Amino acid sequence: MALTTNRVDVPVIVDENKCLEKCKACIEVCPLDVLAKNPETGKAYMKYDECWFCLPCEKECPVGAITVQIPFLLR
Amino acid sequence: MGIKILNTLIVSVNTKIPDISVHLEYNMGNKNNKNFMEIINLEVDFLVVGGGTAGCMAAVKAKQKSPESSVLVLEKANIRRSGAIAMGMDGVNTAVIPGNSTPEQYVREITIANDGILDQSAVHTTGLLGFEVIQELEEWGVKFQKDNEGKYDLKQVHRVGKYVLPMPEGKDLKKILSRQVKRNKIKIINRVMATSVLTQNGRAIGITGLDVRSGDMYVIKSKAILLCTGACGRLGLPASGYLYGTYENPTNAGDGYSMAYQAGAKLSNIECFQINPLIKDYNGPACAYVASPFGAYTANASGNRFISCDYWSGQMMLEVWRELNSGQGPVHLKMYHLDESTISEIERILFDNERPSRERFHAGRGENYRKDGVEMNISEIGLCSGHSASGVQVDEHMRTSIPGLYAAGDMANVPHNYMIGAFVSGRVAAEHAMSYIQDVDHGQVDLDIINTEKERILAPLKNPNGIPHTQVEYKLRRYVNDYLQPPKSPKNMMIGLEKFIDYQNVMDELGARDPHELMRCMEINFIRDCAEMAAKASLYRTESRWGLYHYRLDFPNRNDEEWMCNTIIKKCFEKNEMTISKEELKPYLFDVNLNAEKYDVSVA
Repeated sequence: MALTTNRVDVPVIVDENKCLEKCKACIEVCPLDVLAKNPETGKAYMKYDECWFCLPCEKECPVGAITVQIPFLLR
Repeated sequence: MGIKILNTLIVSVNTKIPDISVHLEYNMGNKNNKNFMEIINLEVDFLVVGGGTAGCMAAVKAKQKSPESSVLVLEKANIRRSGAIAMGMDGVNTAVIPGNSTPEQYVREITIANDGILDQSAVHTTGLLGFEVIQELEEWGVKFQKDNEGKYDLKQVHRVGKYVLPMPEGKDLKKILSRQVKRNKIKIINRVMATSVLTQNGRAIGITGLDVRSGDMYVIKSKAILLCTGACGRLGLPASGYLYGTYENPTNAGDGYSMAYQAGAKLSNIECFQINPLIKDYNGPACAYVASPFGAYTANASGNRFISCDYWSGQMMLEVWRELNSGQGPVHLKMYHLDESTISEIERILFDNERPSRERFHAGRGENYRKDGVEMNISEIGLCSGHSASGVQVDEHMRTSIPGLYAAGDMANVPHNYMIGAFVSGRVAAEHAMSYIQDVDHGQVDLDIINTEKERILAPLKNPNGIPHTQVEYKLRRYVNDYLQPPKSPKNMMIGLEKFIDYQNVMDELGARDPHELMRCMEINFIRDCAEMAAKASLYRTESRWGLYHYRLDFPNRNDEEWMCNTIIKKCFEKNEMTISKEELKPYLFDVNLNAEKYDVSVA
């Protein structure tokens, strides 16, 4: 079957200048397990667009690197 | 919210993101010499599946009752922030506090609110033990609202009686619960999703699970198992079209409903859907319970009241539906008539608790409670006994119809049980289970069954170019909206039922590329089972009951003569099909005259 790639506006935005390579706080706390580390940069990113905009990732980030926006379809 | 960065993610084009070759290594079962889908065998005395409200309480109570027993909490997410109350809760809805109400009064109220269909003994248990739960939570650091004299500041939201107790500082409730689980040295396994209940000679003996990060398979033997995996919150498709923009935490995909069904347990009254009046698009609660004691109310487009009682009964939902369809819509939660200090106080509670992102939702639209109503709409359907009354059939000890298998929380059919009911049911289940396990040994796991289950879990991985789970799920849930959203029509539901059964063939087309996607694929199996049950049960009960939850256009009236009973869904293994039948209600503990006391909430 043919697959295509779509661009998606994702809710969780990570400020890579602030994100700590050794920290996984946001990844561990996400109920939907949608965050991961980019293996090349060590920075967190939203790997799967499956967000409940519930905010633990943002609240538990020790350096304030995360901003959660309401998913586009809802906002 | 001031930030408006358009963050875009280009999947599999950006080389920084693991690409398909990595996924194919999963597919081949080998990455860095590690075998994926390794089988990890464990053995415990008591297994709690789901570390939410009911599960955390159950684990603590089990360990307290039997400290020498091994207790394991298996959690799909991380118990620190998981389940329906991941971000806290702003109050409890079923607090029976001595001096304010009695368990008997509470049972009467729920009997009327649920149109007579209930096992009163299970609801009575919630009334009897709820106060102890509240006291214990206070010892753990949870704060409930008190008045100037230090008494519980209960609010009336139900038709009769005060059962709503605010928790304006309830935002860390889940952290407090998980701390208690750790303090009691209970073993926790996060990020493993249960996929099936194992049985032997009709008894529950364990579960299988998938590690949603490594792809390993767990086979956990346990003398007793408690399923408390929450609601089926991903049944209908939200009007926004966003799969995860649900009222319930979208991790709760009906896992326990499906696993209990597939194991042969009875489920009851699945036609009694969960439908909520929610903030339009955002799909979170408008929180009339929080705001109405301050003077807010649900109003129509003219700003007038049309319901007298904000309690979420099926009757209330029907009144909202009628108003929306009367030319008087949209409806909204009205606060703009209140003074500044009152609105600030309401905001402080609502923006801190349960669904805190509502603040940025409103801000993004330039909405302000001082001038704007909170536009509301009727949600898509779900299954959740915490709010309505559909779930796995349980008795007052939370036993299912399978020995050794218990159910608690939103998935156990104790009507209108809410959070206090989840705590109580978790506790009751654990205490009974710890007695039960004294007399039983571990069962024998059938390796053929394990291998078959492994194949089933892994199947989408063998088809990495198959249809992505997002599309398969979207279409299934759109069918749920198309054919099951009340009011219900018989032919619609028949088409729906047929489509849900046929959808088993669509599942074969699912493709996955990593363990995370395998989790989502398995969840679609859970959702499909729930959809089939919802159609089957809704067709079977040929009357209308519970207001909008089961409003049939072809049978618009309640028919107590024929339908004052449970409907029971059960799997027939011989024919491999779903069966449904009537079952008598258990005798009432307290007589209630249902004809004299109707849950009529419309403003006369």
